[in-house]
Amino acid sequence: MEASFQDRSAALRPSMGKAAVSALLPPAVVIGLAALLHFVIGPAIGYFYAKVLTDVGIAVVMAVSLNLVNGYTGQFSIGHAAFMTVGGYAAGSVVYYGHYLIWGSLQQQGGFLGPSTLLYVVALLVGGLAAALAGFVVGLPSLRLRGDYLAIVTLGFGEIVRVLVTRTNDVLFDADEIAAASPVTLLTSVGGSLGFTGLPFLTNLFWVWVAAGAVILFSYRLKRSDQGRALLSIREDEIAAEAMGIPTTRFKVQAFVYAAFFAGIAGGLFAHEVGTTLNPQELGFQKSFEVVIMVVLGGMGSVTGTTIAAAALVILPEALRSFSDYRMIAYALTLILVMLLRPQGLMGLREVWEIPAVRKLLRSGR
Amino acid sequence: MTKFLQTLMDGTAVGSLYALIALGYTMVYGILRFINFAHSDVFMLGAWFSYEVAKIMGWTGQDQSHPVWASAFVIVAVMVACGTLGFVIERGAYRPLRSAPRINVLITAIGVSLFLENSGQLPFLLGTQPQRMPTLMPEHALFAVAGVSVRAVDLLVIGISFALMALLEWIIYGTKLGLAMRAVSYDTKVAALMGIPVDRVISMTFVVGSALAAAAGFLYATKYPGINQPAHPTWVLLGLKAFVAAVVGGIGNLRGAMAGGLMIGLVELFGAAYLSPHLRDVYVFTLLILVLLFRPEGLLGKATIEKV
Repeated sequence: MEASFQDRSAALRPSMGKAAVSALLPPAVVIGLAALLHFVIGPAIGYFYAKVLTDVGIAVVMAVSLNLVNGYTGQFSIGHAAFMTVGGYAAGSVVYYGHYLIWGSLQQQGGFLGPSTLLYVVALLVGGLAAALAGFVVGLPSLRLRGDYLAIVTLGFGEIVRVLVTRTNDVLFDADEIAAASPVTLLTSVGGSLGFTGLPFLTNLFWVWVAAGAVILFSYRLKRSDQGRALLSIREDEIAAEAMGIPTTRFKVQAFVYAAFFAGIAGGLFAHEVGTTLNPQELGFQKSFEVVIMVVLGGMGSVTGTTIAAAALVILPEALRSFSDYRMIAYALTLILVMLLRPQGLMGLREVWEIPAVRKLLRSGR
Repeated sequence: MTKFLQTLMDGTAVGSLYALIALGYTMVYGILRFINFAHSDVFMLGAWFSYEVAKIMGWTGQDQSHPVWASAFVIVAVMVACGTLGFVIERGAYRPLRSAPRINVLITAIGVSLFLENSGQLPFLLGTQPQRMPTLMPEHALFAVAGVSVRAVDLLVIGISFALMALLEWIIYGTKLGLAMRAVSYDTKVAALMGIPVDRVISMTFVVGSALAAAAGFLYATKYPGINQPAHPTWVLLGLKAFVAAVVGGIGNLRGAMAGGLMIGLVELFGAAYLSPHLRDVYVFTLLILVLLFRPEGLLGKATIEKV
């Protein structure tokens, strides 16, 4: 019996070549699409629409990452923007002061994939890690307890971050002064309530959509893995999951830390975008609520649903600028109505291709 | 010493307001087990309605244009208005979700909260401008203790808060309605089997909680007359701190909410007076995280085991 089981599992295992293709193809597609967006589509549609596409990408990173917590795990975080702030400020100070310390000025070094961009990518990762660390510190005490405490703690954390950021000093812009300053001085000179001004605009469609693609792939693969199933089981019934031997606290904290990491990266992208300022007012409650609405609307647990909702909620307000007074009211009513009429969100746990109508369409096309 | 006494008095006044709001959070949590995010907006509307009622009555607060009973009239009016609002919110948004997962109710509560804030901002309703609450209560200093002048308004804020808390204590522990509320909070299903009209009791809980929040709104506007616009983050923050008070005192526990409210008020104002005035929110949320780490059931709460 033992041997035959081994044989059967070996027969089911894909060959090395096939495995390599299925592992590497999706990231390659993501990079290809991002390059296409950056080099072909971006210049073709002009500045304004390229900016909208960039905003969409950042919103996708935020919403899909929050979906890991609010969708898969069934926990409720409403301070996602706070992690964005942490990541944004961490990445911003690495890029800004890094430029001064290495090259003595803010002058961008090299073009696409040049030294400046390299520093920027490192900064994004640093921002992500800083946010992940913050996520760990915030998540551990609250996730041990009943789910809804997380909501209150994340909101409170957002407020603490906001207050601390407003208490920071003005940005330094004298190369000699920066070279002489200690790391602590640099980290506390990030602009206070006026915002971190002077950050070089290094974010472009390529990096935004590489990040968005990475979050989407990560979430989708996580959903299909044993870890993802463990998360879903926590969402369905925490006590039953625990009885099945799932270390619920560990998984919840893990999901929360992943989400915080990506939010931190989104913060770094946002900080270096043209036409935005990284300031504590911009990334407050409102931003966090917007992300929550994207997740709820798209379907809690659906990667494609959240992506579509994020895109829609960025594009619609641009298209309906004249109704801006009513935008938040419309959001609020949508939230209430969706909960009353379709509590699992518009798409629920399903992905686009799992909706019956779409499935039928796909099948008839073959 | 002067500074200490001053802070003690301010902390008690703010703390008793937190306690009034926290009672609403804790009563709802005790029965329905969710954080009623819209509660902070009911409090906000309490403050705004007070302003509007005074305006309609033509009381500007200058040259004694208002009768002596003006405050009493306003407070009763806003308590009735917000009590009704609480009833409507529960009926319209929360009752249809009675058997839904808690997270859905929580999201709905956030929806209701956003709706109240942003529709309040509409130009033909309350508008986006901050307003100034007319002074309806005597502001003159009554007497001085160790250099601290005690104003009548401060004593009234504290006095009315404590009177309302005593009233609630009587409702919960001294009337049949209170008995029903405690029964529903203890076990909804068994309470229903004993013939308690659960839905009506839950409605009443919302009415009572919202009325208390409205009173707190009026008292807050009296003590701090600058009323921020409806969607201003301070309202959500005040509500959050009140919720923290409920958690610190032990969620679901009325006396815990009262004690927690006073404690939060004192921690906040003593921190602001003696450490740094800019970090007052930080103290409160640090206290919350400490309580969650070391005594998650709250100071006066009983530890419970979650059962299937």
